[in-house]
Amino acid sequence: MGYFGGFRITFRQIFGRRITQPYPAVKTEKHERNHGRHVLNRYEDGMEKCIGCELCAGVCPARCIYVRGADNPPDAPVSPGERFGFVYEINYLRCIHCDLCVEACPTEAITESKLFEFSFTDRSQAIYTKAELVVDDEGQPRRLAWEDWRDGEDLLTSGWMRATAPSGAADREGKAAWSAELGHGVRAPEPGQPERDGR
Amino acid sequence: MTGDPLFVDGLSWAVLAVVVVKVLLAFTIVLVGVIFMIWFERKVIADMQNRIGPNRAGPWGLLQTLADGIKLIFKEDLRPQRSDPLVYRLAPYLSVAPAFLTFCVVPIGGVFADGQDGSVTLFGHTTYLQVADPPIGVLFVLAMSSVAVYGIMLAGWSSGSKYPLLGSVRATAQMVSYEAALGLSVAAVVLLTGSLSTHAIVASQAGSSTWAIGDIADWLTGWNVLRAGVVPFVVFCIAATAELNRPPFDLVEAEQELVGGFNTEYSSIRFGMFYLAEFMSTITLSAVIVTLFLGGPAGPLLFGPDWIWPLLWFTAKVLMFLFTFVWLRATLPRFRYDQLMDLGWKGLIPLSLGWLLLLGGLQVGRDHQWGQADFLLAAAGAGVTLSLAWSAIGLASKVAATRRAEGAEVAH
Repeated sequence: MGYFGGFRITFRQIFGRRITQPYPAVKTEKHERNHGRHVLNRYEDGMEKCIGCELCAGVCPARCIYVRGADNPPDAPVSPGERFGFVYEINYLRCIHCDLCVEACPTEAITESKLFEFSFTDRSQAIYTKAELVVDDEGQPRRLAWEDWRDGEDLLTSGWMRATAPSGAADREGKAAWSAELGHGVRAPEPGQPERDGR
Repeated sequence: MTGDPLFVDGLSWAVLAVVVVKVLLAFTIVLVGVIFMIWFERKVIADMQNRIGPNRAGPWGLLQTLADGIKLIFKEDLRPQRSDPLVYRLAPYLSVAPAFLTFCVVPIGGVFADGQDGSVTLFGHTTYLQVADPPIGVLFVLAMSSVAVYGIMLAGWSSGSKYPLLGSVRATAQMVSYEAALGLSVAAVVLLTGSLSTHAIVASQAGSSTWAIGDIADWLTGWNVLRAGVVPFVVFCIAATAELNRPPFDLVEAEQELVGGFNTEYSSIRFGMFYLAEFMSTITLSAVIVTLFLGGPAGPLLFGPDWIWPLLWFTAKVLMFLFTFVWLRATLPRFRYDQLMDLGWKGLIPLSLGWLLLLGGLQVGRDHQWGQADFLLAAAGAGVTLSLAWSAIGLASKVAATRRAEGAEVAH
């Protein structure tokens, strides 16, 4: 490259593609396995999946999950099992979105959505309680005022990569599968990472 | 060719009013120009870096500069405890005023072609489209660019802080070094024109006003770029970039080394004034380049009223240089300090000095109606002198090298 080669390069960029997105107006596609804030799932009949076993809280490296289990009231059970999550809180000032809680969960109760665009104005907003985490009757995450929600962003919210989950099924061996997503069904399992990389 | 025809009938209130209107107009043009120049620079440099650039305030972010200005006005104005209060407050003005004053002597319009003298009639008064046409025109430009050094130097010194001081020391050395090259290349233009007045310089470059192939060649050769042989133009452009402290000569405010240089301690609107001055001088100096080398407002008159085309040509030429300045910033890395000094003292100054001598010799030949034989004789004389000087320099540097080597041995 001669003395003026650099000038040609910079000039050419004027007509080139813009890398930057005008963010609040346009959002980049989120990755399929993007880790956002959690949701607590329910079965089709409306029962909560969480059984209050506290495995998620035990595995959490950031210690941001607080769970208290309680016996299901016999006349109006909250979950199909013996116990249910009585208190469930996640502190998003601490959560590192590692998804270990999702892998630890034996009932696929906790999964992660794609939402990460919070703007808290108060510490208490950062601590999500069970009322905010449990999906609504359509299986959609609840819309909270301080989250940036657009249409279609609730899709794939409860999809998650299944690597070593305790509730793993035999037909999922060596494959990344997805938990059932209320309102959207179950997505087909994918080939594992090594196959995708061509190794 | 004796100054603005506005003053032919002496001073009156009406004449004074015309002058005031011209000053206000020029000030507005420069200020609005700065607002758009900052936007333009940010947009173009964003384009060159695959970014989008300012796009929030107004359509295409056009009002971004205005928003920044308003923000700067309302920010807290801090003055370091160890600063010199008077000089600290004075420096921003010393920086802005020369930038604007230089613009005052630049003719921005008026038809110069076909023997017209570029005067226009405003409210029944015939005048030039420049705020003032002092007989010392170009010297005024050089003087103002020297005063601008004080703004930066005093700002750094009066801040009472180390980085600004370092920045201002660099600024002074750099601007003083490049002013010599700047002056010498201006001298080449002055030599060709035979006048210091900016108006006369523009008038001497004027060609015809029509749009034909022969005429295009006519103006292009009439412009000082080619008349002075491209060298002074190139030297002037490089020296002007250094004078403006723009990249790649922005050692004065090297963010990575000096936290912003001479303006580190400045905040609020005082900082804004430095910012303003920087972009104002960029516009002004582009206008000066256009005036000195590219025929100022000269260009063909196409259709419509005659007065509009010179203004458009002038704007287009200035824009071309503004784009080039941005392009330089996007492309070139900053000079190292010794490279900067080498380029100035060992490159530009000898080059422009030699070129000035060459042009001077040609001018003497023209004045005395030399024939071909006389020119050959002069060239031979110059060749002999040059080779003698060259060998003397070679000998001197050889002697110096041996002495240095001996000195090193003694020291061991």
